[in-house]
Order: sequence, then structure tokens, then C-alpha cells
Amino acid sequence: MTTLATSADDARRVLSTMWTIRRFEEAVDELFARGLLYGTMHLSIGQEASATGACLALRDDDVITSTHRGHGHCIAKGADLGRMMAELLARDNGYCRGRGGSMHIADVTKGNLGANGIVAGGIPIAAGAALAHKLQGTDKVALSFFGDGATSEGAFHESVNLAAIWDLPVVFVCENNHYGMSMSVAEVSRLEKVADRAAGYGIPGVTVDGNDVDAVHKAATEAVAHARSGQGPTLIEAVTYRWKGHSKSDQNLYRTREEIESWRARDPIERFEQAVRKAKSLSEDELKQVRDQARDAVREAVREGQAGPPPSPDLLAAVYAPSEVDARSGGEAR
Amino acid sequence: MPEIEVPMPKLSMTMEEGELISWVKHEGDQVRAGDVIAEVNSDKVEMEVESPADGTLVRLAAAEGEIVPVGAPIATLETEAEDLLGGILGAPPGDQPAEEAAARPDGGETAAPPPAGEAPATEKAPAPSEEAPAGPVPVVPAARRRAAELGVDLAAVTGSGPDGLVRVADVEAATAPEEPAAREEPAAPAAAGDVEEVPLTPMRRVVARRLTESMQSAPHFYLTVRVDVTRLLELRAELNRQLSAGGQDVKVSVNDLIVKACAGLLAGNRELNVSFGGDKLVVHRRVHIGVAVAVDGGLLVPVVRDADRKRITELAREAGELAGRARAGKLGGDDMGGGTFTVSNLGMLGIEQFTAVINPPEAAILAVGAAGPEPLVTADGQIEVRQVLRMTLSIDHRAVDGATGARFLSQLKDVLEQPLRIVA
Amino acid sequence: MTATGTGVETMTFAEAIRAALSLEMEADERVFVLGEDIGVYGGAFGVTTGMLERFGAERIRDTPIAEEAIVGAAVGAALCGMRPVAEMQFSDFTAHAMDQLVNQAAKVHFMLGGATSVPLVLRLPFGSGTGAAAQHSQSQEAWYAHTPGLKVAMPSNPADAKGLLLAAIRDPNPVVFMEHKLLYRSASGPVPAGGDPIPLGVAAVPREGGDLTIVATGIMVSRALAAAEELAAGGVEATVVDPRTLKPLDEATILERVKATGRALLVQEAPRTAGFTAEISARIAESDTLYHLLAPVRRLSGLDAPIPYNPDLEKASVPQVPDIVRAARALLEDG
Repeated sequence: MTTLATSADDARRVLSTMWTIRRFEEAVDELFARGLLYGTMHLSIGQEASATGACLALRDDDVITSTHRGHGHCIAKGADLGRMMAELLARDNGYCRGRGGSMHIADVTKGNLGANGIVAGGIPIAAGAALAHKLQGTDKVALSFFGDGATSEGAFHESVNLAAIWDLPVVFVCENNHYGMSMSVAEVSRLEKVADRAAGYGIPGVTVDGNDVDAVHKAATEAVAHARSGQGPTLIEAVTYRWKGHSKSDQNLYRTREEIESWRARDPIERFEQAVRKAKSLSEDELKQVRDQARDAVREAVREGQAGPPPSPDLLAAVYAPSEVDARSGGEAR
Repeated sequence: MPEIEVPMPKLSMTMEEGELISWVKHEGDQVRAGDVIAEVNSDKVEMEVESPADGTLVRLAAAEGEIVPVGAPIATLETEAEDLLGGILGAPPGDQPAEEAAARPDGGETAAPPPAGEAPATEKAPAPSEEAPAGPVPVVPAARRRAAELGVDLAAVTGSGPDGLVRVADVEAATAPEEPAAREEPAAPAAAGDVEEVPLTPMRRVVARRLTESMQSAPHFYLTVRVDVTRLLELRAELNRQLSAGGQDVKVSVNDLIVKACAGLLAGNRELNVSFGGDKLVVHRRVHIGVAVAVDGGLLVPVVRDADRKRITELAREAGELAGRARAGKLGGDDMGGGTFTVSNLGMLGIEQFTAVINPPEAAILAVGAAGPEPLVTADGQIEVRQVLRMTLSIDHRAVDGATGARFLSQLKDVLEQPLRIVA
Repeated sequence: MTATGTGVETMTFAEAIRAALSLEMEADERVFVLGEDIGVYGGAFGVTTGMLERFGAERIRDTPIAEEAIVGAAVGAALCGMRPVAEMQFSDFTAHAMDQLVNQAAKVHFMLGGATSVPLVLRLPFGSGTGAAAQHSQSQEAWYAHTPGLKVAMPSNPADAKGLLLAAIRDPNPVVFMEHKLLYRSASGPVPAGGDPIPLGVAAVPREGGDLTIVATGIMVSRALAAAEELAAGGVEATVVDPRTLKPLDEATILERVKATGRALLVQEAPRTAGFTAEISARIAESDTLYHLLAPVRRLSGLDAPIPYNPDLEKASVPQVPDIVRAARALLEDG
């Protein structure tokens, strides 16, 4: 049986992505702890497998929408680490030229329609993207990442339903990390599994171990194919866990150290490395090489970000896109 | 084994420093990544500091109770775990660019209007004051503009609207040629070579109109006293000596002291701080004193507001500055008008005594003459040479009785003769 | 009603909007329409009648009752190269979709540092006078004008409706297009054939007069013009200014016309407090136009109350022609 672990190329790709995400988030964590990052950060340490496995099932020209906890998705969809870090460091060479910050990083050229500061904000947008693909006659797919908390939002309901009735080529991936901010999944829904909601819209729903990158990848591949062939959306629930608090203000009062510890023992990256060792697809040296390369890439990104210039103070220049049908064209509407 | 610094971590969006409440782990302890090593307090919230890696706490760098800024070290950890960002963190990026951009007015669009636009909106709009005449005179904005165009002194324009609102018509009336007054104004065309006709300046027109109006409507009543200002002059000299020794560049004049004395008296007893209002007496709660300044082509009376509440030096400085601007023709509408009493001093021209015309709508004006040496009979019958000046108070007898005026003038004389009472 | 490319046709407001939509859909395959009951039903106000037959169900998309998904899907489609025209059946329902409109559409261009934009149009039937009562009669243009990143158009007549909608569709930014529902069938007028847009940010001055300047929006424009006729019979000549777009606002024209008369009467249907005329009033006050005023700026607006059901109360809640006449006369006596 082929799994990602059994193929050297796949294994290297998967580990590289997961380690890059892990190291990137750790670097962000440290930068923040030292008071070098403004605002707040939502880290996805511990959730690397769901981002990696899902994005691996996509083509370069497919698109994703992401959440406030979007660094991992962004990296898995091929973002430039330096531009990401520069954005977090609020520099002009960041993806948003210092105007968006962590929650608004997007790389439109790589099909990432953006992280989103509004819970469930990206779900209708993903449906819309899928609608565009359909109207344009392409077989491109949209994939929407969101968390368990988002499934309480009206936007989730409306968008999944719309996608279902119109057979939109979109895959809905719910990263169930057990907590919204502090409310556990059990407190916000009577359903044991988020995927059970799919039946309410007449679409397939599947729950997988979100920390098993192979399982995520398999489910995503199937759902992407389903969408691409015009059969409409799927709801994938990837059960995972976030090691760090919701944000940098989270004191973790709503969960125990034991719970956090038990999930850390099921580290998705360690699991995959074990699988790789068992399959003997990569040697220890090669494993270390992947790890080191990820570390170096992140370090380089921090350097690049720190070297960036501060953004231009002309705030009004980018509110509107320049328009030929606006008497005030040039982008400033008063 | 390599060592890394454990910094005071930023544990919330707004945290800038933390108070180390207690060490949970101690020097020499083995710790695992994620173990709580200390408890800190920031913004009244208690938070836990975790060890960033597995290792040994070899040194604690902060004491319990100490306040440590975010990013500063609190401990050293000996660890084999790699230091992800070791050696690549340069100097902190300084104040966040986002804050800079926020501090700087954005793009000029929203910042620009306030400086230019704010001035008119706040100055011109008649602020609701405690009583009608205080504050800038209300003027319809178009009338203000018209007055500027015509060079008309708004303070000299009587507003025909409610609360003295000045309208465009009022401004134009202030400059229109007057109908012939009761007394004929001979426009007799004499032989062309004998006379030269000089058109009236707007200022002269205004002065002519106002003073005629004042004389014709207010029955003027005059009171004069002689004041022994010897001690006043000594006080002034001493005051200026001290100011100059103290490096101050302001000089206090006799007139400043007189103005201050009047202000104090008017604040204490408002009987002269009034205006005749036709069917009522308008009592002004605040004291604004006009200080007459002779300028090229006429007379201007800039006003020192709340003169009773200003220190001598402040008052002197302000009066001096106003006089300077008056002579340079740079007084604005808000510098004049709104006065409740005027002091006019012709002492510098050697005049011993004169009577002044009241500035409507005020009810009194004090005319001050020159100080000079005079023989005075003292209390014990001796003759001494003292510095003496004469002051004449003109009062509007409709609003102020002779006795009231006399009391005021008498009190003023007392104050000036015992000048420390000016500042008492 | 065929578009001949030249000439002028008489159309209603609704027909003019349909004409603009159809023109753009013919010319640009990226344009499509989505909303509730816009297909077979032809739209609650009949604006899209006949378009389903002409353009097909892919491009004239009936949706479930899901405002947030309607606007959100429009955002997503716009981000991926389409030019969606979304309709809220009643402007009041936009409240459901505010996150996608205000937090997403309006901010994408800025938050992403200019990397991309959201070229969508949101058409909103709004306003009172049909007995639809409080939740179906509001005028909330101030909300949208107050949101940086949105543009707001409010045509007052069929010709402007067509020209401004063409511009709105072609503009790369999100445009809120406000259509007063009383105008759909009752407003009729000459509409140029052809596809020339009216640029956003240019006010119209449908009437000139030296005694006062009336600035009016939406349906208040025609009421102001009617009031002006009545005033003229009494010897008072009014200038009427129609901003046409609230954002971008043609401030220069408004200020110029107010300076010319020195008296400004601002008329809106929306409730008074924090309404858009407050913005216009502020622009007058913070410029040298202030010095030309002969009297304080006067605003005439809807009451600070929800729109009532009873027809007389409903009428009394918003400015009518006699109210405008009265306010104008009072303004002339002011100062």
C-alpha cells in the first residue's frame, strides 16, 4: 500500500512542509515573546499535518481560503517565507505591505485568497471562488479551511448549502482542534462529529485523524477529485489539536496541562518520521537534512523580514483600486 | 553545553513589562520544554512563563518582585535544543511602524482641514458664553468677510441682530457715507485752490460715527482726582528692576498698574462694569479692559480680557503686545470689541488732564494725565514735593450715578496711592 | 427597447437598470447576476424580468435566502476574475451580509496592500413609501459611505441609473448601488442608448437659481425639483444639486453652488442623526464656503424613527415636496 511515507519524494516534500510550518511558528512564537511582533499571533503548532495533507492534494492553480490561524495553510500552499515574515514584522516588503498583518496574509498568485480575521469569513468566499471556476469553465477547485468554531456561524450553513445545491467545486476542510477560543466542541454542538453536519446538506462528510498527514491527504484527494469532476462539495473533518493557546493572550484556563501534554505526545511530525523510518524511504541523515533546511529557511526569512523597510505612511493610496470610471481615479475616493 | 537566555515573554498583546511574582523552578533544576518555571503578573493578570526547551536552569537573572521589561532576560537555560533564532535577531525594529503611521496624520487629507478650517470654525462661531458680550462678537460669516474686504473694524460695527449679531448690512452701513448729522457738515465747495479734500479712511469714518453716537446718546458726567503717585512710581521702578534682574524681558508701565488697579476694583464692585441696555442694565460678570492706543490716522482700543485675573507681568506683556500690533495695523476683530471699561492715557504727550469720550456700549472711561512734581500739603501740614497726576472718569449717567462714579474714583485713588494694594 | 448605439429612449428606472445589466452582460462574459427570486420571478421589483431567458441560469442565478452567502460568493467570485452583480431583495437585508460586505469586500484591497481588488456591485432596493413598514423601508446609505473601501451610488433618474450602473460594474472596487424602490416604475425619462458610463464622483445640477442651493439625494431630487417649481412661482429661484454618488463625493460642485447663493438646504430621506447630509454640512462648514453663507446650513431629513406602517404617518416620516418648499422659505428668512 503506498502512503506518503513510502515514497522518498513525497516523504521529503511532506516533511519539508511540516517542519517549515513548525519552525516558522516557533520562530514567530519566540519573536513575539521577545516583544518584536505587534498585535497578536494565532499559532498552528501541532496542526501541521492537516494543512500539509490537504494542500498536497491540490494543484497549483486551485485556490484556498484560510483562517486567522493561517500561517500553516499559507506555507503549505507555497508562500514565500520572507514575505510572510516581513508582513508579521509589519514591513513594506510583506505580503500586505505591512497593512494586513498575520490575519490577512494572502498570496493571490499562488492561489491563497487569504487568511481571514473573521471566523467563517473565508467560507462564503471559497464558495464564490468555486462558482467563478465553474462559470469560467475550468476544472479548478477551491478548498476552504476553517475550524470547529466556524461551524456555528451562519456563513458556514449558507455557504455549504449554496455549494451543495449548485454543485460547486469546493472542498470544506474543518480542522477540529477541539476548541473555539475557550469553548470546547462538545459545548457548542450536540453532534459528536462535525462531519455529521454534511448529511444536513446532502453532501458527503468524512472524519479523519488530522494528525495523520497520510489520512488527511487521502481524504482530500478523494474530495478534490469529486469536486473537480463536477459532483460538488465534501465536508472533511480533520481531528487535531493546537498546542499553543488560541492567541497570545490565551492563558489556557479552559484546558489542562495533561490534555496538552497528551496531544503533544502524538506529534504529527514525529509520527510521520516514524512512518518514514519504518518504510525506510529516507535515512536519518536525510531526515536531519530536511529538518535543518527548514530551520535555515525560516532563519533566512526572519533576516529578510527584519531587513525590510517600514511601510509608506500614505495610507489612503491603497484604499481603492485605481479606476477609469471614477472622476477621482488614482484610487482615492473622498 | 550551549546556553540560551530566557526572556521575560510578551504574554498578551499589550504587555510591555511583567512583575516576577515567584520562581516555580529554581537554579539548578532540570526542566522540560513547556514546564512552568515562573509566575508573572502584568496588567493585574497572573500568567505563567514556560521553559522554551528541555535543559537545566543554570542562572536566575531576576528576583522575585522585580519588574522586568518584555524581552529582557530573566534566566539562563543550559540546553542542547537548538536556538532557532540565535544570532540573527538584530536590534529590535524600534517603535512599530504601524504606530508611526498612526501617529503621523495620514496622507494629509484628514490632517489638512483642521489647521486651516479649524481656526474659523472655533474662533468665529460665537461660543456660548456666560453673558452676551463676552467672547467674540457674533458675526454672520459673510459679514465678517465683507468687513475684511472693506477694512471695517468689526468692533466698531453695531450689530442689528439678536445679541448684537452683525450682519452684512451693518458692515456696509459702517462705511457708507453718513447722512448729514444734526450739525451741518459743510461740504462747501470753497475755491479749488484753498482747500484739499481728503477722503475719510474707514477708520476715521468709524471713529466719527461712534463718538458722535456716544456723545449724543450717553449723558457724560465727569469726575476728576489728583493722585499722589510717588509710591506707585517707586513700586514700578522696583518691579522692573527685579524683572530685569530675573532675566524677564517685560517692562511694566504706570498705565499697566492703573489698568490692573481698575480691573481689581471693577471685579470687586461691578457698578461701573455695566452697559446701558435701553430698558435694562447689563451687568458684565467678567472684566475686559480696553487700552487706548494712538495710531497713525486714529485711535484703536484693543482689549485685555479678564484683566482682573491676570498677573501684572502678564497684563503688561499683553498690553504691550497689543499696542505694538495696533500700531502695526495687525489687530484682528477679536482683539477689539467686548470691552467693559477703557483706560486712555495721554500722559506721554504731556497732557495734565483731559476728558475722554466713552466707548459704547461701555459705561465709563478713565482719562489719565501726565505725572509731574507738585507741591502737596501732607497730613501734618508740611509742604512736600511729590509726583502727582490727574485722572478724569467719564461715566454714562444713564447707567451710573455720580456718587457711584465718585466712590469708584476715590477708591482708585486710594489704591494707587498705596500701590501694594494693587496686588493684594 | 433595443439598444441602437445612438439616440435616446424613454424608459423607466427599472428598465434603465435592466438595460445597463444586459449591456454589460452582453459585452463582458465575466458579469453575472445573483440574488433571491431574480430568475424566473424577474426580481421582486421586476428589474431582471426577461433576463433569465436571455442569458440563462448560469449567469442569472437564483439563490436561497442566504444574504451572507450571496455577498460572500460574490466576493469570492470577484477575487477570481468575475464581475458579479449581487442583489439584496430589500436593502434592509444587507444587515445579514455585513461581514462579507464590510469586513471582506471593502477591505481586501487595503489589507492585501493593493495585491488584488473586489470588483463587485451590490444592488439595493431601498426607501419608504410602499407601506412595507420598518424592516423593508430603510435608507442606510450612511453606513456604506462611512466604510472605507466601498463606493456608493444613488441615481435619481433613469438615465443616471443606467450610466452609473455601467460605471459601477466596470469599477474594480465594490460599489453599493442604491435604487429607491418608488422610482422603479414611477420615474420615467430619456435614457441614452449605448454603453457610455457616467463617471463616479460627478454631481449633476438639474436646475440653476440664485436664491438658494438645494442638495438632494435619491428620490429627494425629484421632490426638490418639484419644490423648486413651486418656489419659482413665488419668485424664489433655487439651484438643485444631485451628487449622484455619495462616495466618491463631488464636493467641489456642491461647495461652488452653495457659495453662489449663500444658502444651503440639504435634503435626504434617511433619518437625520448621522445621516449623509451631516457630512455635506461638515464639508461646507470646514471650507471657505462658510464665509459665503448668509444663514446656517439647513438639513431636511427623515425622522429619527423607524418607518411606520400607516400611510399618512409613513409620508410624514420623510420629507415631502411641501416640506421642502417650507424649509426653503424659512431658509430665505434666516440670517
